[in-house]
Amino acid sequence: MTDMLPSVEALAARIPDGAKVAVPPDYTPGANALWRAAIRRGVRDLHLVGVPVFGYQGDLLIGAGCVNTAETSAVTLGEHGLAPRFTAAVKAGTIRTMDATCPAVHAGLQAAERGAPFSTMRGLIGSDILARRSDWKVIDNPFGEDDPVVAIPALRPDFAVFHARKADRSGNVWVGVRRECMLMAHAARDTLVTVEKIVDDDLIADETTAAGTIPSLYVTALAEAKNGAWPQAVPGYYGADNDHLAQYAELARTEEGFQRYLAETVLGREAAE
Amino acid sequence: MSDIQLEEILIGAIAGMLAGLRHVAVGASSPVPGAAALLARAKSGTVPRVSVLGSRDNNFFTDGGKELFDCAGQGRIDAFFLSGAQIDGRANINLVSIGDPDRPKARFPGSFGSGYLYYVVPRVILFRLEHTRRTLVDKVDFVSAPGVSEPNVYRPGGPYKLITDRCLFDFDKAGARFVLESVHPGHTVEEIAENTGFEYDVPASVPETPVPDAETLALIRGPVARQIAEIYPAFAERVFGIAQAA
Repeated sequence: MTDMLPSVEALAARIPDGAKVAVPPDYTPGANALWRAAIRRGVRDLHLVGVPVFGYQGDLLIGAGCVNTAETSAVTLGEHGLAPRFTAAVKAGTIRTMDATCPAVHAGLQAAERGAPFSTMRGLIGSDILARRSDWKVIDNPFGEDDPVVAIPALRPDFAVFHARKADRSGNVWVGVRRECMLMAHAARDTLVTVEKIVDDDLIADETTAAGTIPSLYVTALAEAKNGAWPQAVPGYYGADNDHLAQYAELARTEEGFQRYLAETVLGREAAE
Repeated sequence: MSDIQLEEILIGAIAGMLAGLRHVAVGASSPVPGAAALLARAKSGTVPRVSVLGSRDNNFFTDGGKELFDCAGQGRIDAFFLSGAQIDGRANINLVSIGDPDRPKARFPGSFGSGYLYYVVPRVILFRLEHTRRTLVDKVDFVSAPGVSEPNVYRPGGPYKLITDRCLFDFDKAGARFVLESVHPGHTVEEIAENTGFEYDVPASVPETPVPDAETLALIRGPVARQIAEIYPAFAERVFGIAQAA
């Protein structure tokens, strides 16, 4: 059964230091209210997996000193430019990067969701991405002749963490077309979700919602968090707060600016969430 | 009609490279290629598919972030766009870092899907709006994806053209070299040589990159500008003067 928790604080408490956590890109709602709670709690040494990239939420966590490894195909604030705290941390050598390419992240998660040891993929050969990933191996296609392919081991995060539009009272979570959340939930050991609202309908009973619903089987715990993805967008509910994101991108260019942002936007917000 | 802007020349030139294709995909942070793909669609009698990542109106995928790549792997995407903080003379691209990747002098967002799409999409158009010896280099510091591969490596795709703010290069796959194809209005063959850090071939005669005709320009400034504003509001405001929604 999915644990229905009373607050993002309770949900954030489930994430121990050192956890390997899969997060979505900025075009899919991130569980930002949960991450603000995790920062307030002082979570440390996270291994963040971008599925297949991450943005604001990861940059915030890196700036707050919560991350030791970034395994991702990119880190970007989109039209707001480079992710400044990620960039600064890599240059200072304070986080480890495991650079990937998008379909390699998907390939690893797909192996994990079917319980297989690895997936194979084309591409990558001759790149420095591959040269620097000792966990990936080039093997011969056993069905071909002189046909090297890249084997990507199963990528099994401890947690998948994201925000969704709605869940029902059994813990089924509707993600609609944002099916990377489905892949993350299938692959991860545990899935923690915040939702805009909890509804009385059974999301599995109606086929029109069932196709875009993650069954509660995969959902370890969830909490209602209205505006939980802010400042990112939740389609159908609210758009991205672009003024805020632009302000973040500006402030986070310096350590001092970032600390001011953290004090104003994260540390003092407990009552609001 | 007011003065033609560089972006409009690039949009027109890139759209020409996409004529007759079935499916063009555009990745993150690519307003000019996105506009070019939408222009190619607006100009063609047929209806090529255009997939723009991050767009609501021009993204028909329903199977999550992986579908674009799976689709490309099957050969269902004909053209895609890539860039690089550095691009070298063998069309290797670098989207990661300058200097030692563990303690880089500069760090960029990362390779995105390039480590796959560069291999499997037949026409990859390289796009770089800073044409200097800093960006177009002899050898990249980090290979996000190589321009050419060994003969035994599965590689139906690869570099097709390189377009910059000064000129257009064709890529000669057999020779693994760029060839200067045309120079944008206001620029010269000599200036290209001064500002390019890699060796490339120069034919006896190098034409000027054509500017969009009046009809094309009307399409760019009309429907294309409005469609691109949905995805890249800041770009649409700067280039086309389309006010951003509050």
